[in-house]
Amino acid sequence: MPGLDALPFPLPTVQQIIFVLIAGMTVTGALITALAPNLFHNALGLVLAFFGVAGVYVLLEAEFLAISQVLVYVGAIATLITFAIMLTRGMMFGRTSSTNRLMLSAAIISVLFFLVMTGLLVSVAWPEAGAELASSEQMIADLGELFVTTYLIPFELMALLLLAALAGAILLARD
Amino acid sequence: MQHWSTTLTNFFTGLGLPEAAALAIAFIIGATALAIFAPTLALGLIWITRKIVSRIQDRIGPNRVGPFGLLQTVADAAKLLSKEDISPTEADRVAYNLAPIISVFGVIMSTTVIAFAPGIIGADLHVGVLFLVALGSLGILSALMAGWSSNNKYALLAGFRVIAQLLSYEIPMVLAMLGPVLLVGSMRLQALSEFQSLEIAGFNIGLGWTAFVMPAVFLIYFISALAEGEQTPFDLLEAESELIAGFHIEYSGMKFAMFFLAQFLNSFFLGAIAVMLFLGGWQGPFVDQLPILGVVYFLGKSMLVYAVIQWIKGTYPRVRIDQMMAFAWKVLVPMVLGLILWQMMALKLPAPTWVQYAAILIGNLGAIAWIVVILNRHFLNEEVRTKRAFEPASLIGTMQPAPPSGD
Repeated sequence: MPGLDALPFPLPTVQQIIFVLIAGMTVTGALITALAPNLFHNALGLVLAFFGVAGVYVLLEAEFLAISQVLVYVGAIATLITFAIMLTRGMMFGRTSSTNRLMLSAAIISVLFFLVMTGLLVSVAWPEAGAELASSEQMIADLGELFVTTYLIPFELMALLLLAALAGAILLARD
Repeated sequence: MQHWSTTLTNFFTGLGLPEAAALAIAFIIGATALAIFAPTLALGLIWITRKIVSRIQDRIGPNRVGPFGLLQTVADAAKLLSKEDISPTEADRVAYNLAPIISVFGVIMSTTVIAFAPGIIGADLHVGVLFLVALGSLGILSALMAGWSSNNKYALLAGFRVIAQLLSYEIPMVLAMLGPVLLVGSMRLQALSEFQSLEIAGFNIGLGWTAFVMPAVFLIYFISALAEGEQTPFDLLEAESELIAGFHIEYSGMKFAMFFLAQFLNSFFLGAIAVMLFLGGWQGPFVDQLPILGVVYFLGKSMLVYAVIQWIKGTYPRVRIDQMMAFAWKVLVPMVLGLILWQMMALKLPAPTWVQYAAILIGNLGAIAWIVVILNRHFLNEEVRTKRAFEPASLIGTMQPAPPSGD
């Protein structure tokens, strides 16, 4: 197509178009989460945002991370949140407002958090992945091995934390 | 074995298409074929269910529409399509209309990673097994949305019950899926199928099923899959005659049909996963020489597993919800955790492979025997307890031996 070469800006690649679509989906989900008046819709928006993030991981060729994202965030955390909403009587069918007297302080903290994260993103020299990431199947095996060798203590601590949370939840439920 | 997309792409580039266009067309054809395959399959599955269950109940089943009643399901689908689409006035529009779509979407998505034959698989993801597990969470989500958005307290209660069941049985099911994955060392479904070959005198008879090495893990997977697919004896959520089908009570017409479709396909695909992980997948005699034979073996085995599920549906009574939950958490989860631990240790034994496999098999058989003993004792106690509970207490003290008759 000769006419398109004359454009003053470069044409987006297929990957960029897909990224824009996924990012749009994620942002839409996040906006629904923050702004929708119905709490259940907030939860559904959160699920949409989680799926969007999983899509970004797929685009980065990190399939394992993407699937784990869906499994953990959509399968467990979002279900848990919706459960909590459904079991809280007043919240389920009532309308909540996304604006109240805490809005200003929440906005300030959010903006500060955003600035810190952006600063971190820009200032840290991220290591660039090279040819060593050839086989992704080997990558999963390596990940598993790192969990029980180099990162054993954080891994075990996480398990302990989850166990404590589990025991605490059962204790609360029995009261 | 060449992947189907390579073959198709080569064919289209041979016709003179540019590489990118050929690739796109090949994948569109593949995706369309899979998306058409699933609903067509459902028509057959519903017919099989009706025929098997009616045979068990000493009936003939559908026999008027088409030869052997084969077109009965088509007629029913046409009827459902022409029905009025009713939705409750107070329902939450977005979630109410999205729920059936998500439930069907989640099930049809799982066709992408199903290994039909060598080289015939939608996408051989290296996280294939995890992908299937993650899709299960979509089913939970759709049940939640349907139960909540109908604005009906019975639908909501049924929704809670569905989620409790699906979440509880997901844990033993996923852990059981870990068994073959550990043995093979891969989560690619094609690799799992390839592993289960057995060569005798250089000829592959395809009987190296992992179910032979780990029968207990297979049984745990099968039982959990019955619960995940909401099949008898775990279909107390549906209980057509008592609960009017639970969380999709407010749905009518095509939206109801979509839930119905998703349920049938789900139980078939859970069986298909059992075939891929435990029963050899597309392995069978002569599959190395003629790969397309794999489709026949795979679909045949899956249909057989599906028929067994329907057989159970026609024969077993339902369990109570407390029994179901107790069975998942007190029997299946500890058992599968123990088996996985045992298997991990056995696979690290400094011994030849067959010794490791024998150790796994012994562990599995031991676990089955142990559970049978424990459950037997439990049910004996239960029987005694219920008998006592049903005897009227006021009579116990006053009952006298029967007066002697005659003289």
